[in-house]
Amino acid sequence: MVHLSTELLLQTLLSGILIGLIYALVAVGLTLIFGVMDVVNFAHGEFVMLGMYGAFWGMALFTLDPLVTLPLTALLLFGFGVLIYQVVIRRILTAPMLSQIFATFGMMILLRGLAQFLWKPDNRLVSHSLVDGKIAFSGLQFGGPQLMAGGGAIVVTLAVWLFLNRTRLGTALEATAIDREAATLMGINTQSMFALAWGIGAACAGIAGVLLSTFFPIFPEVGANFVLIAFVVVVLGGFGSVAGAFWAGIIVGEVEVLGGFLIGPTYKTALVLTLFLLVLLFKPKGLMGKA
Amino acid sequence: MKNLKSGNIGLACLATVVVLSFPLLVTQPTYQNFAILVLMAAQLGVAWNILGGYAGQVSLGHAVFFGIGAYTSSMLVTHAGLSPWFGMLAGGVVTSLFALAIGWPCFRLKGHYFAMATIAVAEIMQVVISNWDYLEGAIGIYLPMAPSGFKAFVFTSKIPYYYIALGLLLFSLLVNLAIERSHVGYYLRAIKDEPEAARSLGVSLTRYKLVAIAASSFLTAMGGTLYAQKELFIDPPSMLSTQLSIKIALIAILGGVGTLFGPVVGAIVLITIEEMSRIYFGSSGQGTDMIIYGAIIIVVAVYSPSGLIGLWRQAKGALPFWRAAAPQAKVGEPS
Repeated sequence: MVHLSTELLLQTLLSGILIGLIYALVAVGLTLIFGVMDVVNFAHGEFVMLGMYGAFWGMALFTLDPLVTLPLTALLLFGFGVLIYQVVIRRILTAPMLSQIFATFGMMILLRGLAQFLWKPDNRLVSHSLVDGKIAFSGLQFGGPQLMAGGGAIVVTLAVWLFLNRTRLGTALEATAIDREAATLMGINTQSMFALAWGIGAACAGIAGVLLSTFFPIFPEVGANFVLIAFVVVVLGGFGSVAGAFWAGIIVGEVEVLGGFLIGPTYKTALVLTLFLLVLLFKPKGLMGKA
Repeated sequence: MKNLKSGNIGLACLATVVVLSFPLLVTQPTYQNFAILVLMAAQLGVAWNILGGYAGQVSLGHAVFFGIGAYTSSMLVTHAGLSPWFGMLAGGVVTSLFALAIGWPCFRLKGHYFAMATIAVAEIMQVVISNWDYLEGAIGIYLPMAPSGFKAFVFTSKIPYYYIALGLLLFSLLVNLAIERSHVGYYLRAIKDEPEAARSLGVSLTRYKLVAIAASSFLTAMGGTLYAQKELFIDPPSMLSTQLSIKIALIAILGGVGTLFGPVVGAIVLITIEEMSRIYFGSSGQGTDMIIYGAIIIVVAVYSPSGLIGLWRQAKGALPFWRAAAPQAKVGEPS
């Protein structure tokens, strides 16, 4: 019996890590956008939703696997993020916080409405994907798609981290986040950096959507499941910190899964949000905050 | 009110007559219901404005106050047989105490952080109440339809609800005006505009923010009871959702944050858009109503951060009638 419950616990812990990695990837984009320009993006969950639909339509129209269409979906989301920046966000950079909150909130509603209008409010599923079935490993069982998603999230998060820390462009982006005016004086075009942050942010969330698409129902309001969690991860990890978001994503995944397991699944969101409040009140800089 | 011009007094009298006689002239229940929705929305916007507009503390969790108010009065009706009028006051008191308990730790958070904390509090309370069997959890509470009458706060006609909603709105506007004109109002604006300077002059930031959240949550809770008695049914999604919280804030923002009549203008415009797009586009479930709603929010946020009242002022030059209610026109004046 003890052995069995240990296995169950391990299984739970691992599934927490797997979902946590996805949360981390969603939050990486959000933390980047916030870190670079102090704008909180309420429409971030909608990028996840668009990524999911990208995967779905690739499969439905061209019978191409989500993993095959992933680069194209990521590219489209990148372009969409830049577009949103150019059309809306650029105009509210110096506006009061209220305007910023409501511009991105309006975007959230608009994108959900568009998805409903274009693609119907039904639940969609991507079936017959390349990665399927379960993998058993010394008594533990994993869904293939979940493992794939977790692995993919690690790769993309690491890629973003490397981009920010090991390339000239990434360093310029980091510099803009740390001190906008000094960056301008160094010849960095902050406007392009902001657009880049939105592009990368949308692409990361979109990739998370693609990775989720094979085991998560796809519907216009699916983003609501991720946006609050992503805020929690961003705050816990420290605003603007990619590495912080990575570890915080895993912690949030664990709190959610373990809490759901021990107290009851209906309370898992409340537990995550309680953690959020505690961090806000007692450690507002998060695990690895810079500000 | 000394700077009211005679033209404005005439306009105000006309508006008063139209507002008072509306449900007697327009007898279709659909339109009466629409008017009630506008009044209720305006009242919530005015209540939000005390905290979000005057004190500058952006709450995106006001639904929690609305919900606690409604749940308190509804439980008192169904379990203790007390009149909802008593429940309205009890709900206000309970909600204010809750708001003070939340505000005390959260007021040290600034800007985005405070807004996010309020979302979290409201979402947590939605989960808690959804799982609270004594409060009927996710099922919701049905309120008795009989007996009807003033004491029971149940009416078969829409007309009494109209006048009650109007009365509550006027009461909320008066509270708003009283706060704006008292020393509390001056301190609140000082806190919003120059928090450091206000602190250095010895203004206790937290104390006045707590006054603002207590008043704001009390009025919001009263609105919750009115909603419960009008619909005779409450459940967590309709009372405590973040969508509702954001709508309450949006009413004030659309009209003009920190202005007396901004939320009223915002409510008229927002509810009209919402109902029109729902009636003309919403029936097919195509999402067109959300597209229009979202687009309007973006346009207002991007092009008119000071809301429709701000837009009106820009267009027509500052009108004395509006300016009397505008905080920025009073900064620096002696009390």
